[in-house]
Amino acid sequence: MDYVTDSGNARAVNNVSLDIFPGETVGLAGESGCGKSTLAFAIANLHSAPALITGGEILFEGQDVLKMSDEELRGFRWAKASMVFQSAMNALNPVITIGEQLVDVVLAHEDVTLEQAKERAVANLELVGIHASRMNSYPHQLSGGMRQRVVIAIALILRPKLIIMDEPTTALDVVVERDIMDQLYELKEEFGFAILFISHDLGLMGEITDRIGVMYAGKMVELGDSEELMSHPRHPYTRGLLKSFPTIFGPKERLEGIPGNPLNLLDVPNGCYFQARCSECADICINTMPELVAVDSQSPRLVSCHLVERGVAQ
Amino acid sequence: MNQPVNLEEFPVNRESRSEQLLQVEDLVIDFALDNALFKRQYMRAVNGVSFDIRAGEALAIVGESGSGKSTCARALTRLYPPTAGKLKLNGRDINDKADLMSQSELAKQVQMIFQDPFGSLNPVHTIRHHLYRPIKIHQPHLKGAALEAYMLEMLEKVGLTPAQQTADKYPHELSGGQRQRVAIARAVATGARFILADEPISMLDVSIRLGILNLMADMKEEGIGFLYITHDIATARYFAERTAVMYVGHMVEWGESDSVTQQPRHPYTQLLLSAVPEVGRKRGAQKSCATTGNQIPLWKPDSKGCPFVSRCPKVSERCSNEMPGVTQVAEDHFVRCFEVE
Repeated sequence: MDYVTDSGNARAVNNVSLDIFPGETVGLAGESGCGKSTLAFAIANLHSAPALITGGEILFEGQDVLKMSDEELRGFRWAKASMVFQSAMNALNPVITIGEQLVDVVLAHEDVTLEQAKERAVANLELVGIHASRMNSYPHQLSGGMRQRVVIAIALILRPKLIIMDEPTTALDVVVERDIMDQLYELKEEFGFAILFISHDLGLMGEITDRIGVMYAGKMVELGDSEELMSHPRHPYTRGLLKSFPTIFGPKERLEGIPGNPLNLLDVPNGCYFQARCSECADICINTMPELVAVDSQSPRLVSCHLVERGVAQ
Repeated sequence: MNQPVNLEEFPVNRESRSEQLLQVEDLVIDFALDNALFKRQYMRAVNGVSFDIRAGEALAIVGESGSGKSTCARALTRLYPPTAGKLKLNGRDINDKADLMSQSELAKQVQMIFQDPFGSLNPVHTIRHHLYRPIKIHQPHLKGAALEAYMLEMLEKVGLTPAQQTADKYPHELSGGQRQRVAIARAVATGARFILADEPISMLDVSIRLGILNLMADMKEEGIGFLYITHDIATARYFAERTAVMYVGHMVEWGESDSVTQQPRHPYTQLLLSAVPEVGRKRGAQKSCATTGNQIPLWKPDSKGCPFVSRCPKVSERCSNEMPGVTQVAEDHFVRCFEVE
């Protein structure tokens, strides 16, 4: 899949391929501007000008999301794939009650009476641990954590098969974050939906996902089983990213993080996009773009790095 | 009255490592909840907080939103008047009416770095302008070429090279991390001895957060004291020598960072630590963070007991009536909890 924004043609997502299986949790990691949110928007066909998809396809149960008519899209969005956005705190309409917002979703998608829709709304709020009496509350009367729970309830109400979560807990405290993630997992076990989890917090991601894809400057640089990827990162960027987090229990040492600044997508080099910040950059990296390939026949890990491919780096 | 400026003292006095820079004694800050003329309701945002910071040392204040950590920092810049307690800078009370420190005198010594590097720089001025202003105000002896040279030195110090080009840029031409570096350069340029960093890295990209933390650590080497406010207890341990954990306006556990994070004694600190996602840890591996609810109380001046009562798994009858006293559990590690007593 190839996806281009029009402000001077910055290639925000560049030839990224990703499969999500039913009931699976896939994480997308990377710093701001690496294209992970753009990819999420494209999956729901929510992108708008100046964003433009120039190649590739997005298949949901065999059907291309990009070729759907408006009518089909309405049926697809929310009923099959719903989204929890980065600013979920602000995703709720401030002037109508949360009950109404839940009911609206049901009424828009299903042929039910108002009473039935209300029942569904109450049941879903209770699922995420919010008491039915809160149906008549306005968003500003709820705390950030509760608002986030409401957004999750709305995302779940039509029992979609895929939930795209774009930094769902970034704005929340760690304790609230932990509560919400635990609850989400209980619901996931109950309803069996798949999650595409987008975040820059690799620690959280390693705990909850099955597979992780690491993106840098619009390209997927490493993709693999999350436990394995966290313990044996192969791509220099993944290793740098993992070293950017001071640990709370491990040894205390001066960490260097990743030197330099994120790549300007309007001015990309010929070879590997990570070359300017890579400590192991060789001649081949400057001239030739590495491919995302399996580096080890035993594991399904894919890495896009010349040095790993040749077995020079670990 | 204004005292004459000692020019030799700036930019930074390097011979001052162990000197007590800042002392906070029993700080209490109340906010009015309504505008009633009589029987006005107050909430107590900060209650009985005491700490001190030495030159070249960082103290991290950790806690969730609403725990009063930013309020403490703002009191130190005199943005909020304390209801009770003393704030002393170099032994001098900053709120003492009889010997009132002028705002510029205070600003020369205490500077702030804010969370949002996009909001804290003026978009219509160059970086040079942002740095000239504080230097002209606080180091008026620098003029012309000396001013320019000092400004460039500050930019180089924070790693913004080539400094000459950076100085001519506007904030929108810089990345978030570079902007935060400008904010740090601006704070240091005044000759400040003490910097309040309120969540300085939480809005930055993960890959450049460490660069900013390491830069601040270098500043520490030069004798600048830091108050580092964060909700990320892992970076608190990484950057600060000492850590204080706050809950609903109270300091519940404080001391040497390693001791507080590795052997947490207060149930709230234990809860915070168990909630931190850790690379390499698998989901469900930390089920010890059981709490008995998530009701965070609104603390009033007449509230009694320990603020953590409503969530504490080890709560006893005594806890709701009395605030636990301070228990020393290690050489530099203090806890307020009956369980530890």
